[in-house]
Amino acid sequence: MQTANLLPLVLVMTAVAYGLAYMRSRSVAEPLGGIRHLKSLPFYYAARAALWCSLPALAVLAAWVGFEGRVIQSLVVSSLPAHLAPDNAGEASLVLSQISNLSAGKLDAARVPAEIVGAAELLGQLRAQSQQFKSILVVLIAVLGATFAWTRVQPRINARENVERTLRWLFFSCAAVAILTTVGIVFSVIFETLRFFGRVPVTEFLFGSSWSPQTALRVDQVGSDGAFGMIPLFTGTLLISAIAMLVAVPTGLLSAVYLSEYASRPVRNVLKPMLEMLAGVPTVVYGFFAALTVAPFIRDLAEALGLQASSQSALAAGLVMGIMIIPFVSSLSDDVINAVPKSLRDGSLALGATQSETMQKVLFPAALPGIMGGILLAASRAIGETMIVVMAAGLAAHLTANPLNSVTTVTVQIVTLLTGDQEFDSAKTLAAFALGMMLFLVTLTFNMVALKIVRKYREQYE
Amino acid sequence: MNTTVTAGTAGVSERQTATAPQPAREDTAVREGVTVGMPFADDPKFRLRNVEVFYGVDRAIKNISLDIARNEVIAFIGPSGCGKSTFLRCLNRMNDSIDICRVKGSLQLDDLDLYDPKRDVVELRARVGMVFQKPNPFPKSIYDNVAYGPRIHGLANRKSDLDDIVENSLRKAGLWNEVKDRLDAVATGMSGGQQQRLCIARAIAVSPEVVLMDEPCSALDPIATARVEELIAELSESYTIVIVTHSMQQAARVSHRTAYFHLGHLVEVNQTDKVFTAPEHSLTESYITGRFG
Repeated sequence: MQTANLLPLVLVMTAVAYGLAYMRSRSVAEPLGGIRHLKSLPFYYAARAALWCSLPALAVLAAWVGFEGRVIQSLVVSSLPAHLAPDNAGEASLVLSQISNLSAGKLDAARVPAEIVGAAELLGQLRAQSQQFKSILVVLIAVLGATFAWTRVQPRINARENVERTLRWLFFSCAAVAILTTVGIVFSVIFETLRFFGRVPVTEFLFGSSWSPQTALRVDQVGSDGAFGMIPLFTGTLLISAIAMLVAVPTGLLSAVYLSEYASRPVRNVLKPMLEMLAGVPTVVYGFFAALTVAPFIRDLAEALGLQASSQSALAAGLVMGIMIIPFVSSLSDDVINAVPKSLRDGSLALGATQSETMQKVLFPAALPGIMGGILLAASRAIGETMIVVMAAGLAAHLTANPLNSVTTVTVQIVTLLTGDQEFDSAKTLAAFALGMMLFLVTLTFNMVALKIVRKYREQYE
Repeated sequence: MNTTVTAGTAGVSERQTATAPQPAREDTAVREGVTVGMPFADDPKFRLRNVEVFYGVDRAIKNISLDIARNEVIAFIGPSGCGKSTFLRCLNRMNDSIDICRVKGSLQLDDLDLYDPKRDVVELRARVGMVFQKPNPFPKSIYDNVAYGPRIHGLANRKSDLDDIVENSLRKAGLWNEVKDRLDAVATGMSGGQQQRLCIARAIAVSPEVVLMDEPCSALDPIATARVEELIAELSESYTIVIVTHSMQQAARVSHRTAYFHLGHLVEVNQTDKVFTAPEHSLTESYITGRFG
């Protein structure tokens, strides 16, 4: 039976086990004088039966599906005569794909050696057997589990504890998924990064001031063995993010203050959703707004002032990105300012403080941790943002602090390194992983430092 | 004396006199704008006439007139929702922060018209301080809490002046000996009673003329309550104090005059001992004898 059919079968068996255990617990309770004489409610006996029926069977199924392919492959390969047996991994995969194609009927049997044909037959056989064993084993385990749980439906046995404990582990494993994913991402990036540092020295990457990742594909090609200095990329990222934060933090904070303290309810009800809409605009749309409207405007303005400006500039990208992240600052800050107890506000006003004094001296310090949270979220959005920069700031890696120049950022370079036809083991593509790793480390330190600062300066109410 | 007799309430009055002999007193009916007892004073601190407060279309305070004398302690009592806190909050315009709240009538502090549209509430609140039901120290140090008011009103030119103000206020609030060694500690770490006395110190640091107290002891234990009550007695030498309380014993202990509120009306105002021994109005009597409230 196919795995796809086996799953619903197990589910149906689980439902049956649940129903049977439920009915049995009631019938056991009947002569005792009602379910209050059971240790647990019928629901718990039934839930335990369902768990016993489904969890072991599903675990076996998962293990089987996970190892089946590899075991069969190694059996097939070992059945091959010595002169056909593969010497290395590449050859092995070639032979195996030949065998499986033959077995699937995609290949003409007349065009391959007889041993391969034999191996293909063996493969078909093994697969069918595996299929059979799997079905029998899974159903058997499900039945055994359900039977065990069925015999344990007794008034003196407490099912509630087992169910609670299993549920606890279930919840824990859900929480663990997020953490494991992060760890997995970090590890996959670490290995590629190490491979990259095998080709390019760490010092060149960390301190090099030029970035030009074009490596020659063929020996006769002219041009470049590539330069992998990350400094221009990080300065570009910092420049654009700094411009974005300069726009977003004051605007966002002050609009949060207006919304929470000064705006009347109807005004607030209209303004707040409109501000939050800014976060919902796709970044591509911001990107062409920046590239087609803001960047030319900045260039013309700079020319009118007698300054040199390129048509793609850090300033254009930064300004538009700043607009984009305003809601991250304003919406979160507004929420935390509102969450400060009214008693503090009243206490300050009753002492004769004005609204703005109350804001500055009482509400703002009390809301600081939340406000910093909003700013951090906005900053990480700014550092990670790609689309606007691709479209409005350019691709050329210039080491500059002049916002009128075109710059590029880490994220943009990662995208350009990995898109298109690329070999996945050249220094050029591996550089993307090293950049990703650095970006991860930088944002991590940044977050930890900010948390420290907040913890030190916050004024905690209650 | 204002006498109101209506058919609906006469029965109640008869039943009461039938069960126990009572001193002569007013009827259970409340006539709007009429207060029995002694609501007025010569040369008052607050002169409040025909005050009405609306929450939207709801009339929470119904035509109340009252004088609050200089350096007196006056207690507002009455069942929950009778408007005593609302009325108190008119005296420093704390009702302003409620959008739907409107105040009508004439409210004067000395010669200052409280609800003059051009009135600067900052100046008013510097003269009329307030202590709230739940202690609400700012999450700052003890020193900064007391110094908050003097700083925003520019009362100290030098650091040493400010230190003096802080020390004096804490002394008056009876808190100095407990906190003088830890003025930098965060105020929210103190006990509830200490926090409330800190709030009182914070209010008097601005040298107000009046201190409004809105159930200042309802969140405190009996010992802390006794401490705050002593403090009120000491403060009454230099300040006019208006206190809202749910505890009639507290009103009896700390106040000179007591005002009884009922459903937005000011029913009776009299010397405190008179209110608690021989109330003039039958509603006051029902309340203080625990028949409702």
